[in-house]
Amino acid sequence: MSTIGYESWAVDMADVGPIYPLQGWEFPMVVIGVLFWIGWHRIQFVREHKHLEQAKQRALDHERIEQSVERY
Amino acid sequence: MDGNLNALTTVFTEFYYWVTVVFMFLIHVGFCMYEVGASRRRNHMHTLMKNVMVIPLVTVTFFFFGWWIYWAFPMFPFFGGLDLEAGAANLPWAETMGPNAADRITGVFWAAFLLFSWTAASIVSGSVIERIRSSALWVHAVLIGSVWWIIDAAWGWHYGGWMVKYLGYHDAYASGVIHAIAGGYALGVIAVLGPRIGKFAKDGSPRDIPPHNPWMLTIGIFLIYTGFWGFYAACNVPVISPEGIGGEITGTTWTATNIYLAPTSLSGITFNFLMSLSGGLMAAYVVSKGDAFWTFSGGLAGIITASAGNDLYHPVQAMLIAAVGVVIVYNLHFWVERKFKLDDAVGAVAVHGYAGVVGLVIAGFVLWGAPSSPYEGYASINPLGQTLGAIIMFFGLGFLPAFIVAKLQKAAGVLRIPEEVELEGLDYAEHHAYEDAKQAIIEADKEHLSKKLTAAE
Repeated sequence: MSTIGYESWAVDMADVGPIYPLQGWEFPMVVIGVLFWIGWHRIQFVREHKHLEQAKQRALDHERIEQSVERY
Repeated sequence: MDGNLNALTTVFTEFYYWVTVVFMFLIHVGFCMYEVGASRRRNHMHTLMKNVMVIPLVTVTFFFFGWWIYWAFPMFPFFGGLDLEAGAANLPWAETMGPNAADRITGVFWAAFLLFSWTAASIVSGSVIERIRSSALWVHAVLIGSVWWIIDAAWGWHYGGWMVKYLGYHDAYASGVIHAIAGGYALGVIAVLGPRIGKFAKDGSPRDIPPHNPWMLTIGIFLIYTGFWGFYAACNVPVISPEGIGGEITGTTWTATNIYLAPTSLSGITFNFLMSLSGGLMAAYVVSKGDAFWTFSGGLAGIITASAGNDLYHPVQAMLIAAVGVVIVYNLHFWVERKFKLDDAVGAVAVHGYAGVVGLVIAGFVLWGAPSSPYEGYASINPLGQTLGAIIMFFGLGFLPAFIVAKLQKAAGVLRIPEEVELEGLDYAEHHAYEDAKQAIIEADKEHLSKKLTAAE
């Protein structure tokens, strides 16, 4: 058994198509890939929101903001 | 070159490898920029020179004996003697090792492998910055670049290598044969070399030593990505006929192949290079909580993790494998750093070594049962063969020789720079000419200013 569908290269390359594992499972693989991509956005949105809320709290310190502006 | 088609194929192949070599030069440019950017101001020149001199030292030794090892060692010493017949055409005094109208491939093929050698040595160079003696590093550079990595290439990256034949070892774009071995080698050296002064607090907790120039690091790693793309192309045979392979492939259809002469396509590996880069970047961004340098390095680690099987993976598989690898590699780096108090200045052991090992093992499962070679009687790809291969690369040919040589260098007192010099900075201690000239011209300008010009002028 071979995950790519070929156990040997004793073939005519003119007859060979896909050579990746899990042929026939392209759509489910793409679904998993899309979930990875959407999940990444979700994590990033949540983290950035939390980070900015914390930064906002720190920024209430007026002297600190002045120093940052001065720093350019 | 008899016949127009044969001539065209030969000249195309010659040009193809030549272009990949030029692209791969960018890997070394990138490594130099990355190392200099990561070092502190007082160590710039030394850090740069340490890596630049890897180029000539590895080049000449690879010409003298490295290239011959690749052709002579595929079965040596465990499953046969030296292949002196194949090696003969690649000895430095062979007629094919120079301009020769009857051979248009040896030079560009030699150069492609040589650029891989520079990369292996340069990976080690990054992890030891700011405290190793150049003389010690350059011995390691020759050993990893012209001896150890090319032995592993003969065993596991040659169509007749014993690891390919008996273990079913598959490592199309060098997760193991370049990255695992170089990471293991770097680990062996830094285990003996010790951390930079101040790296660990008294309670053992590690301190970050920030890069002096983050933008130089950024451009450096993007150049490494670019060169890595050229490296991928260099690992393929661009076009070959079934008769040219001489294996089991039937019919008359020509194909591109991987290094083992098994079919793949430039198109397929382009998908997978970009998808594994992306999977690595995305996972590294999340796991490092947006740390810029770990994110960039994660892109590289992602490609390295997927590289063993990127000739055959589906692009989504390449992306996910890269992401999984990066999460493992990132956590392993910090665990090892804390546990063993090791100072890997650029994360090379993790990004190259751990990623390479993880990538080999994953490929064993995902490509289980696929043919490792177009030739008859070869083992198929399997998890055990890949895991054994990873151990051979990382520990057997990487960590172990590095550890032994570094121990010898330490015993002889030629491994590490003196503590006073480390604190003063290597540029001031070693590069007097530059510093003295700078000081002299500043003094001269000051003197001129005081004598010739007044404030009003």
